[in-house]
Amino acid sequence: MSLLTLFYLLIFPGLLFTAVLGLSVGWVDRKLSARFQFRVGPPFFQNFYDFIKLLGKETLIVRDSVQSLFIAAPLIAFAALVCISALIGVALFFGASFIGDLYVLMYLLMVYSVMVILGGSATGNVYSSIGAGREMKLLLADELAFILVCLVPIVKAGYEIRLSEILSAQQLGGAFIASPSGILAFLIALICIQAKMALPPFNIPEAETEIVEGPFMEYSGPPLAFWKLNHFMMYVFYPFLLILLFLGGFSAGGWGVLWFILKYLLIVVVMIIIKNTNPRVRIDTALHFFWNIAFPVSLVALILAVLGV
Amino acid sequence: MGWYNKRLAKSIWVFHISGSPCNNCDIEILDLLTPRYDLERMGIKLVGSIRHADVLLVTGIFNQKVAPKIAHIYKQAPKPIFVVAIGTCPTSGCCFKDSYNITAKREDVIPIDLYIPGCPPKPESMIEGVAKLVEVLNG
Repeated sequence: MSLLTLFYLLIFPGLLFTAVLGLSVGWVDRKLSARFQFRVGPPFFQNFYDFIKLLGKETLIVRDSVQSLFIAAPLIAFAALVCISALIGVALFFGASFIGDLYVLMYLLMVYSVMVILGGSATGNVYSSIGAGREMKLLLADELAFILVCLVPIVKAGYEIRLSEILSAQQLGGAFIASPSGILAFLIALICIQAKMALPPFNIPEAETEIVEGPFMEYSGPPLAFWKLNHFMMYVFYPFLLILLFLGGFSAGGWGVLWFILKYLLIVVVMIIIKNTNPRVRIDTALHFFWNIAFPVSLVALILAVLGV
Repeated sequence: MGWYNKRLAKSIWVFHISGSPCNNCDIEILDLLTPRYDLERMGIKLVGSIRHADVLLVTGIFNQKVAPKIAHIYKQAPKPIFVVAIGTCPTSGCCFKDSYNITAKREDVIPIDLYIPGCPPKPESMIEGVAKLVEVLNG
């Protein structure tokens, strides 16, 4: 492993950058949600304080749990998320990628959900296992539409399964969102991401008022801090992935940086607006939505993309 | 610990236990957490699981049936944990002080760090109490 790879993984698009930006964007989320409820909202460093505080608390391990899995799950999920953000960031900012990296990305995205399921069921708590089961159902629901939607940019880039090829195709022929298939795929991807991040209306696995944080219920101290950090890191790389696949990526020259920040904030704000204006749906409603509505729409988007529209 | 306590003071997550109250204090606690008082601006958040909590808000007289459960819940909390007793009941027993099933000394069940008397205390006085806890943490 060269020094540059370590830099990519640990500093710039990877761990440090994603964590700090994620905690800051987490503030945007909490502040905007507060303004939606006519409140003042927390100070800017609130998420940093929460993270530091949780790192210093005691770690309690349930006696009846599978203890190694209980501790390993948040850390493996964190490692997977760091890899994802490095992969997406390197493709987005440096244009470097390898053949099939979108597939690797999809597998790594699934690792997070699998770790939520394992960590939730390792505790032996009833609510946690209900949450883990719901996470599994939600994964089954959104994965199909999400994968189909991710195929649309591949088809539009001339059947290239490289993130850098997708980017360069967009830089030559304009962003994919400007076409009918692109905009359909973008909308479905936005909703799938809402489900993958377990934000309302799809916060079914965590459902605070119902099964009290679900899989994360028995976690305390540093492992909980990592689960919280994982959640905030997703606020960074999912919008980046959408920008990469549909919105034309990043260019350093001229207004490029400002334009990129605008695109990023636009996606985050739309996600927060969806989060704050929708009630939680039931698990069967979510399954019905993803399999009977989102799946045909994404199939139509894919067929349109194959036809070249 | 001083440095850590200052961070802790900025992010207090509370968990609410009702130890056989008459429910008035619990309703006032719910009022406290509404957008009108907006405790999130001070980093205070209501959590649903005892494993996430930094402060326990307890109400009521702790009758003999509930007292062991409260002690059990306290043991399940990750340390450092602070206990804030809300209302006159945990402070002095209120009108239930001669009741047959009351726990004579609430401090024997769990160590209580802060009392907020009142029957029920107004949300403003609860905020003042928590602000005093924050002052102590800040040293």
